[in-house]
Amino acid sequence: MKKSTLRLSAPAKNKIFTYGLVIAAYIILRILISGGAVNASLQGMLVPICAYVVMALSLNLTVGILGELSLGHAGFMSVGAFSGVVFAIAMQDAIPSAPLRLALSMAVGAAFAALAGVLVGIPVLRLKGDYLAIVTLAFGEIIKSLINNMYIGIDDAGMHFKLLEAPALTGGKMIIKGPMGISSIAKLSSFTAGFILVLIALFVILNLIQSRSGRAIMALRDNRIAAESVGIGVTKYKLMAFVTSAALAGSAGTLYAMNYTTIVANKFDFNTSILILVFVVLGGLGNMWGSIIAATALTILPEALRQFSDYRMLVYAIVLILVMLATNNPTIKGFFGKLFHKRPAGEEGAAQ
Amino acid sequence: MSKMVSVQRQAMVPERDAGKSPILECIGLGIDFGGLTAVDEINLTIGRTEIAGLIGPNGAGKTTVFNLLTKVYQPTRGTILLNGIDTHGMSTVQVNQAGIARTFQNIRLFSALSVEDNVKIGLHNQLPYSMWEGVFRLPRYWKREKEAHEKAMELLSIFDMQDMAKYRAGSLPYGAQRRLEIVRALATNPGILLLDEPAAGMNPSETAELMYNIRKIRDMFHIAIMLIEHDMNLVMGICEGICVLNYGKVIAKGAPAEIQANPAVIEAYLGKKKEA
Repeated sequence: MKKSTLRLSAPAKNKIFTYGLVIAAYIILRILISGGAVNASLQGMLVPICAYVVMALSLNLTVGILGELSLGHAGFMSVGAFSGVVFAIAMQDAIPSAPLRLALSMAVGAAFAALAGVLVGIPVLRLKGDYLAIVTLAFGEIIKSLINNMYIGIDDAGMHFKLLEAPALTGGKMIIKGPMGISSIAKLSSFTAGFILVLIALFVILNLIQSRSGRAIMALRDNRIAAESVGIGVTKYKLMAFVTSAALAGSAGTLYAMNYTTIVANKFDFNTSILILVFVVLGGLGNMWGSIIAATALTILPEALRQFSDYRMLVYAIVLILVMLATNNPTIKGFFGKLFHKRPAGEEGAAQ
Repeated sequence: MSKMVSVQRQAMVPERDAGKSPILECIGLGIDFGGLTAVDEINLTIGRTEIAGLIGPNGAGKTTVFNLLTKVYQPTRGTILLNGIDTHGMSTVQVNQAGIARTFQNIRLFSALSVEDNVKIGLHNQLPYSMWEGVFRLPRYWKREKEAHEKAMELLSIFDMQDMAKYRAGSLPYGAQRRLEIVRALATNPGILLLDEPAAGMNPSETAELMYNIRKIRDMFHIAIMLIEHDMNLVMGICEGICVLNYGKVIAKGAPAEIQANPAVIEAYLGKKKEA
């Protein structure tokens, strides 16, 4: 007989710990900021950190929970960023309240990214194998090219859309100017907005995982044939996870874009997708608090390494490799395993 | 898209199911992989509460028959009637919802999830609520989750496994994993349960317990059970009807005593006696 040790499955403790981590970090940072202990460069990074945390959480839903590889997650971020900002600029006069405009823009960004998720997911998630990785890779590039060649303007007659050249406007203004992207964005994003978005992402993902639909998604990841044999429809649940993931990435994109005055499509390229994937892999597949810590640490790290000037990215790569080695070391893993999964005494032999 | 098809009865159903329509009928079932005919001309009838055995030498096509019944493979020829309904064109998911549940020869649990979650996944279609009700924790979520927990514990208690509910399924001992697969299959509320080598890797006392439990499940849930097994004590001990496959074809059908005396079966298992 196979020798096996009984282990408790993902404890609910994790959930409280994850929320606690985010809320504690927010409160501590708020106190430090009001005390003047946080320098300007770190303060400027708070919103991007929140956006990357949401990106990492949402990609973890696709990679860690659904078990499908996505290499174009920045594409969804891009769709969310541009659709959200266009909405915010178009509605500038209609909705005077800035927080409300930001919230609605994020919702619009999420909706457009979700739509893109449906369009990519419906044909691809029906296939067996690694097709999603290839198609999402292409999707990211297509979105980048598309937005680089897209012109959207607004005047009294409404929205004007044209590819490759600017549309003729009577008065009004251009919003998306092809490769120059969107400029003069009103900075609506704030640390608090980012914090709320992280909480929303956590709420959606953690509650989804611990529900009927989430169990079905994880069943598909663990064993597709067995999941089908107990009556779980493959396409429906894969699409559910993938579209939820895309929608969250879209709202993170809006948050990210609204933090800058100018945004261009080239920001959301393949490198960004891979960066987000690195957050997820480093934090641990399916491990949400791991994603949060990894996204935060790896966003701050390049800034913190400024003193190494020219060797900055070299040190960054070395740190990354060392952390990967450390997290895969059986001794260290065992130590943390004991720390987080304390076994009830005497239970081990009982079930043999 | 289901149509009722009537066929002549095959005399294999046990006495108590004689008056009722059978749960499962196969008529001329067969599948080709490329040019190779894996199984062919399978005619089977399983009664409402029958325990049936599917036996045969290695490579005879037993698991292929299970894969055809559960639509892991689509049959090339023939008809499968489940509850009198033609399952032609149905998917694995649809035939499960129509009443077939199964276990696997090489255990297929959701090994990263807890034992309880494995059973709850089996209850997926029994206790539905939407994704939004789950995410926003609406009243139906709490109601259904409570029901699911109670039902899962009740099902686990068949095999006395309630204490293991919180453990990772993949960390269970081998025998417990096999039992959990049966519990998960039962959770889908099937009319017929297909067990693929349920006693594989079990010692004689575990096998004896399994035999007792298979009968218990049949009597508790009033369902049919069809099993593939190499342990002849188990097969002859609990099966009311046995079907013997060899080279993808049925070579004998009947009660255990008839099968044991059948020369074709003896030949398939032991080979032909050489002429002097």
